Amino acid sequence: MSTVTMIYAGMFYIATLLLVVGLGYKIFDYSRTPAPLKIPTTPAPTTQKGVVYRMAKEVVLFESLFKSNKWIWVFGWLFHFGLLLVLARHLRYFTEPVWFWVGIVQPFGKYASIMMVLGLAGLLARRFLVDRVRYISTPSDYLMLVLLLAIGLSGMLMTFVAHTDIVALKAFFMGLMYLDVQPVPMDPILLVHLALVALLMVIFPISKLLHAPGLFFSPTRNQADNPREHRHVAAWAARLDQNN
Amino acid sequence: MAAAEFDIPEIKDEIETPKLREGSMAHAKSFLAGKPVQDFMGYPHELGEDWKERAIDKMGDLLGKYRSLKVFLDACVHCGACTDKCHYYLGTSDPKNMPVARQDLMRQVYRRYFTTAGKLFPKLVGAKDLTKDILDDWYSYYHQCSECRRCSVFCPYGIDTAEITMAGREILNHVGMGQKYSNEILGKVQKIGNNLGLPGPALEDTLEGLEEDIEADTGVAVKMPLDVKGAEVLLVTPSADFFSEPHVESLIGYAKVFHAAGISWTLSTHASEAGNFGLFNGNYETMRKVAMRIRDAALELGVKRIVVGECGHAWRVAYSFWNTLTGIGYGGNDPFSIELQKQLDPTYPQPQHICELTNDLIKSGKIKVDPSLNDDLVVTYHDSCNVARASRMGTEPGGQFTIPRELIKSVVNNFHNMADDTIYESTFCCGGGGGLLTDDLMEVRVKGALPRVTALNNVVKEHQVNFMATICAICKAQFTKVLPKYGFDMSMVGGVHQLVSKAIKLD
Repeated sequence: MSTVTMIYAGMFYIATLLLVVGLGYKIFDYSRTPAPLKIPTTPAPTTQKGVVYRMAKEVVLFESLFKSNKWIWVFGWLFHFGLLLVLARHLRYFTEPVWFWVGIVQPFGKYASIMMVLGLAGLLARRFLVDRVRYISTPSDYLMLVLLLAIGLSGMLMTFVAHTDIVALKAFFMGLMYLDVQPVPMDPILLVHLALVALLMVIFPISKLLHAPGLFFSPTRNQADNPREHRHVAAWAARLDQNN
Repeated sequence: MAAAEFDIPEIKDEIETPKLREGSMAHAKSFLAGKPVQDFMGYPHELGEDWKERAIDKMGDLLGKYRSLKVFLDACVHCGACTDKCHYYLGTSDPKNMPVARQDLMRQVYRRYFTTAGKLFPKLVGAKDLTKDILDDWYSYYHQCSECRRCSVFCPYGIDTAEITMAGREILNHVGMGQKYSNEILGKVQKIGNNLGLPGPALEDTLEGLEEDIEADTGVAVKMPLDVKGAEVLLVTPSADFFSEPHVESLIGYAKVFHAAGISWTLSTHASEAGNFGLFNGNYETMRKVAMRIRDAALELGVKRIVVGECGHAWRVAYSFWNTLTGIGYGGNDPFSIELQKQLDPTYPQPQHICELTNDLIKSGKIKVDPSLNDDLVVTYHDSCNVARASRMGTEPGGQFTIPRELIKSVVNNFHNMADDTIYESTFCCGGGGGLLTDDLMEVRVKGALPRVTALNNVVKEHQVNFMATICAICKAQFTKVLPKYGFDMSMVGGVHQLVSKAIKLD
């Protein structure tokens, strides 16, 4: 086994571990932290079912962002749904036989990469061009977009310009999954693409990418508006009732 | 010390998003609370040597108690959606008044002390050590936020800057930088029973005077009962209603409604304040202590219903938090809440907003009104932020918008809404909410009112609007002070029940 293969195999094992453990810990931490008061941003649904509908609109349509700013919405939505299709397309490297719907998604996923990169480019342009956004941007805000762009562009290069050996690539990832490491294809573009993806996995649980799980725990969006009908008391706050 | 001179912003045709002017409001600094005030609240009154540790410890404590704070500090991606949504940014151009930048004042410290990335690569992620300069920024800019939640409507993750501001003020209190205005009021409400420090006998006098005024005016003996045991309704209203103009006109309106409907009611000396500034400072225990006065009064007087007068943040606390804090509401199955629930009349919502009550009475024909008595007025309605974005009325989401408007339209013939992006959930704060209604923040208040004043100006020009109704004591006080600076008459602001008061038929 080549050194490069060993490095990449090790890298993906570690990155996966950090992603799963890191994200798992964050989700655990969010769920154990109480929300002592009812603070949905109103008007809010009055039932739990309504909350699911509200949340679905946020997750799928970015409803609040749509109300807020059409440019950010367009770029953000292009990026996220481009990425979703691209990720779905990538499932073919991890499944054998390839799932039925993953097969259907292939051509869409291919062109979704254009959506994704356009969206990212738009978001990056806003960081430079809009004075308010420039003011709040930290170096990591730019770098995160650059990282995602580099992942997207290197992937597109392999899809549209210089094809890589995807049979060998699939063997590599299937090998990782079944603990039977196979050689990673020695294509420089692919190696860059993979290294950047591993980096993204590592920083996910310690960066603003936590907005993904965070949204589901956001009390202003996930609480039902029913405080007059239901008494809502956090454990640490319930203790105060006993002293009366 | 007189507040610094400043220019009144010019009203444009549209609400404009200004170019950044860094540091333009850094000088705004509300007066600090002195020793007696801080002592009463159990806070230090000056920075000790260990202030930094105290601040970080408190932040850690709050992060463990409030999921909102923890999630909101992590989730922001700096997308910029909120940057043009805050009335204080729109009015002052100071970038630190953009919601995300206001949050970042705390987020930079959070990242440095509580996150892996901020500990390892502070520069990269904008993490900073807590310094006195940052603390001063907190004090300045967490007192340029009215906790109105407009940003939270537009944030894709629902990040509510109000939660960060509240936490910021709580930390500031813990290191000895309390705000004089809010903390003095919290002292008065706990010691005397209301925010204005109006003692029982003075309140009794005031109410008697008002009864005489109403009788002289209408020929009908409308009563304003105080501390009456066995009354059906306990009315809890902001203390400004007892003697501030135009607030008192609405109090007269409530009294007439109860009289006309034949509902027995009472005010309470002990709970002569609906306002609860504990909300503004993000201290659960303080907010609970202040709210407990209402529960105590309800139990002592044996009332069947609890109704809240026109006050924005008070309605947020009453509607959203009273059940949690004090068991005023339904659904509790613990002895603490059952004790009160079994006393209250389950056919009514508890607590109930005075607008819900009056609107129901008019719709069911139990009280009669003549809207033509308000024909001298062309009315618009200012949705108060806490009512609009942090509460509800009626049974349907959005009842907080429809019920007050229904009520207004039943008592006036001429009504026009302001522009859509300035009302309902997008309403602009009056500029004086959240503990900023103090003269030492006049510049912040005047400039922060600009978006609302712009929208008002447009309906004045287009529809000759001459009255802006609102259901918040802070809005009323703020507008009567601030509107004249923009060239409007202060009497064009008043309560919804001020309109009811004019139109209602008494027997």
